[in-house]
Amino acid sequence: MIAIVDYGAGNLVSVKKAFDFLGQECGITSDVEQIRSAEKIVLPGVGNFASTNSLARSGLRGEISNAIRRGVPFLGICVGMQWMFVGSEEAPGTKGLGVLGGECERFPASVKSPHVGWNSVEVKESSRLFRGVKPSAYFYFTHSFRAPVCGETVACCEYGGKFSAAVERDHVFGVQFHPEKSEAPGLKLLSNFCDL
Amino acid sequence: MVKGVQFVDLRDAGDPAELAGAHSASGADEIVLLDISATHEGRATLLDTVRQTSRQLFIPFTVGGGIRTLEDAAAVFAAGADKISVNSAALADPSLITRIAERFGSQAVVLALDAKRRRDRSGWEAFIHGGRISSGRDAVEWAREAESHGAGEILLTSMDRDGTGVGFDCELTRAVAEAVRIPVIASGGAGGASHFVDVFREGRADAALAASIFHYGFSKLSELKSELRSQGIPVRWPC
Repeated sequence: MIAIVDYGAGNLVSVKKAFDFLGQECGITSDVEQIRSAEKIVLPGVGNFASTNSLARSGLRGEISNAIRRGVPFLGICVGMQWMFVGSEEAPGTKGLGVLGGECERFPASVKSPHVGWNSVEVKESSRLFRGVKPSAYFYFTHSFRAPVCGETVACCEYGGKFSAAVERDHVFGVQFHPEKSEAPGLKLLSNFCDL
Repeated sequence: MVKGVQFVDLRDAGDPAELAGAHSASGADEIVLLDISATHEGRATLLDTVRQTSRQLFIPFTVGGGIRTLEDAAAVFAAGADKISVNSAALADPSLITRIAERFGSQAVVLALDAKRRRDRSGWEAFIHGGRISSGRDAVEWAREAESHGAGEILLTSMDRDGTGVGFDCELTRAVAEAVRIPVIASGGAGGASHFVDVFREGRADAALAASIFHYGFSKLSELKSELRSQGIPVRWPC
């Protein structure tokens, strides 16, 4: 089963609907046992980086961390991806999981923020997540903070400078955009994650 | 970053879920469902429509009309909306925007702003209750205030242009777009592809709303987008 982690942030229904559409067994859960036994873990999230504090309080942070160590495929979406980094300027007191180095930051004042809408991304050919996705594909973004480009970046987006649109290392993945709201390319990407 | 073309109004014909899916396949970048009746009896029907429409819709989906409380909003989100739009209730109590934004994020709260030019042409006033009553508030000032309360987008309708087909109100759109940092979706008045070009260029709109593509002489939304693309407007393509 794919566990869609519920930590009280935003609306998880759309993520579940996408996996349902792909015929995947999945459930929205905050239950430690269910997450421990999940075959794959998805951490969605919209809203404030500080909302991930509840992951630490509920013990889910440790559970997710252990699962990743055991090799369970993990996908962070939006704030879920930002949480994979060390922290974010949005909530300096909140610690990210730190599986990736670097801090998330604000957009520069030269562009409108939040970054809302469809944007194209520059994809590294080696990416497993983007396998079979057309290089010219657009994805739907909505965020006020962004993750830096790092060694694990497999897709870059340009908006007031380059930032990480997707990261990937072994079985750990993150996307800043919303694949569940990005039509066919987004569904293809989720389907690639399911097929891992 | 591309200009969005959103599609609104699924009331007129057929099955909303089917229509939304067809518009999505045809290149709509978002779907907006406005319940203009917004009656008490209509709420259950609306939620059912939202549920059915969202089930197989994988582009952003906004639902508005008659959302007066945090609970109203929560029910619409639970039914599958990605964003809700508020108008009258937010003007009466702007903290509604904040409360919804705190729970669901600013990206999920759209301010629906119906603006009408003042007789002395000194600016625009925000109207409520489906455009029937003036709020007495300056539209640009209210847009700025709504942003400070946590609205994530503004769906701006020109009441003077709505239904006329003579083009968007670029002056109004630009005045609002330059006053706020959040995206502004222009609505009201489109009668052809050139009007979309104008509102993106002169009006500085981030997205524009197409009510019924058939009014613009196109049989598919993708034809409108293809035309915009040939005029140099960045749009999501192929869609």
